[in-house]
Amino acid sequence: MGQKMLMKGNEAIAEAAIQAGCRFFFGYPITPQNQIPEYMSKRLPKIEGGCFLQAESEVAAINMVYGAAGAGARVMTSSSSPGISLKQEGISYIVGAELPCVIVNMVRGGPGLGSIQPAQSDYYQSTRGGGHGDYRMLVLAPSSVQEAVELTQEAFDLADKYRNPVLIMGDGLIGQMMEPVEMPERKERTDLPPKTWAATGWKPGCGRDRAVINSLYIDPAVLEKHVNHLYEKYAVMEQTECRWQEEMTEDADYVIVAYGTTARIARSAMRKLREEGIRAGLIRPITLWPFPAAPIAKAAEHANAFLTVEMSMGQMVDDVKLAVEGKKPVHFFGRTGGIVPTVREIITQVETLAKEGK
Amino acid sequence: MAVVYEKTKLLTDKPLHYCPGCTHGIIHRLVAEAIDELGIQEKTIGIAPVGCAVFAYDYFNCDMMEAAHGRAPAVATGCKRVNPNNIVFTYQGDGDLASIGAAEITHAATRGENITVIFVNNAIYGMTGGQMAPTTLPGQVTTTSPYGRDPSLCGYPIRVSEMLSTLDGPAYIARVSVHDVKHIMEAKKAIRKAFEMQINRKGFSLVEVLSACPTNWGMTPQEALKWLEANMIPQYPLGVKKEVE
Amino acid sequence: MARLTIDRETCKGCGLCAEVCPKHLLALSREINAKGYHPIGIEQQDQCIGCAFCARMCPDAVIKVEK
Repeated sequence: MGQKMLMKGNEAIAEAAIQAGCRFFFGYPITPQNQIPEYMSKRLPKIEGGCFLQAESEVAAINMVYGAAGAGARVMTSSSSPGISLKQEGISYIVGAELPCVIVNMVRGGPGLGSIQPAQSDYYQSTRGGGHGDYRMLVLAPSSVQEAVELTQEAFDLADKYRNPVLIMGDGLIGQMMEPVEMPERKERTDLPPKTWAATGWKPGCGRDRAVINSLYIDPAVLEKHVNHLYEKYAVMEQTECRWQEEMTEDADYVIVAYGTTARIARSAMRKLREEGIRAGLIRPITLWPFPAAPIAKAAEHANAFLTVEMSMGQMVDDVKLAVEGKKPVHFFGRTGGIVPTVREIITQVETLAKEGK
Repeated sequence: MAVVYEKTKLLTDKPLHYCPGCTHGIIHRLVAEAIDELGIQEKTIGIAPVGCAVFAYDYFNCDMMEAAHGRAPAVATGCKRVNPNNIVFTYQGDGDLASIGAAEITHAATRGENITVIFVNNAIYGMTGGQMAPTTLPGQVTTTSPYGRDPSLCGYPIRVSEMLSTLDGPAYIARVSVHDVKHIMEAKKAIRKAFEMQINRKGFSLVEVLSACPTNWGMTPQEALKWLEANMIPQYPLGVKKEVE
Repeated sequence: MARLTIDRETCKGCGLCAEVCPKHLLALSREINAKGYHPIGIEQQDQCIGCAFCARMCPDAVIKVEK
């Protein structure tokens, strides 16, 4: 590897996972992510110790992930919105049992069966846990195929580091489009904690405690302690794992906040606005949770207003408002149902704000 | 004096939480004894269900995982695929396996997943307080079939062992009972056989064990065993349903 | 001559062992254990034949049999 190849986002994510040491994949077909399981079904059986299994449902797939992660493996599953809803039960158990794994959501329009076109309307679900109980997942939102590759590889390290699932939140566009991509050379991480907790077989005197992979804590005091322990991990994530990209925010009067595919469109709009003489900037969250509130708070010191752009009816905009703390107006523009906002639409939004002096 | 019988070391010292006279304890013991006798403790991973046996991970003295309701066969699949040399068993009740987990057990069976399933059928949801199970007998009174299970309203009980035996994947499926010592000995043999099938890589094995729930049946332990023999065995005939060479 | 050892604190007094004893030697005790159950006890230990039916029937594995 190392040379540039033209790859579909979904396939690039699958290959990146394999390069990161993922040897187990359990999935179920759903559009628009089918190239991930298809690619895995071709590659994994050819790799020693590799296993691809098409599960009977998303529910079964995520529980196979639970079993494989509990046995100490690097394991992944992927799906799209309705399928991710089905996986939420298992994800909650995986978090509760502190198992590492990587989950890919190529988001499509909803609610219900919705559409098979790109969307970002699973933001709330992804960043607030998604299933039952108090928990979070690290949520990584690539905006190019190359970034999807890099984030997928890192996702496995982050999952192992924190013993927590990591969600790659793409959308139909990221999954389906082809771009030139380079597989980075993998450096073996030696700083990750050994999986001494994994269930691999035990007998008295074997040098470790009997493994019990479990999320049941029947005593409320013990469960509260366990959840506090999870939140201590999340506090570390908030301090150390926040990622974002900023463009032209230093002097920006209007700061656009967008992620994933939408950020690419927003970037084009931002550049055109600059050409028109409107000082626009862009903040692109790369981690959706933990949310990069700091650069937004900083921009709020000088910007006139914020415009959050999403392929949803407005979900991330709540986090932007929390970051701005009422200091400046936070506007929203979104298209939903699988419709992608255009550069022109975003330009018009900012032009209107500028004209009205908002 | 020689020891004729004592508690196996494959059960931990933790006292079982089951109600007095509940035969889950007997079945735990048989599974633990089989693991002990086959010398596979250090290879064995048990998967606990949701239901009365939810705390099975506290009792079996081997590595354990606790699965979501009905998902134990999927968890076992993931675990077994990672380490095929491990001996992986699930321990599931009738609500867990035959209702919410019907898809997972069916597909693990048809894949011929090389795991062992201990299926405890007591015709009722025990832990949640005696509701109707997929295996509740016609006419049987439960807290959600207070007038007796009416098949015209909620269908008939599922014969899991017979149903799964129609599939090509399973290597060994048997139904046994623990209502007396003779049947307990036979149950032990079947459970041992199921583990041997897995050790010999023959594929999916399942032992359905008819079990008593005195508390939720509203009977004494003694009455419950008699009721099991008189009512459950005619509905759920004992015997080996499938066995490959 | 056989000997039964009963873990009386773990016994839940279900009485299933008494039911299967061919010699009818087992009966619930009058006293109550820490869990609040009347644990099983053996009368006429010298009559026990060490068949271990009781131990095989016991759901809580409280009976050890030696012979």
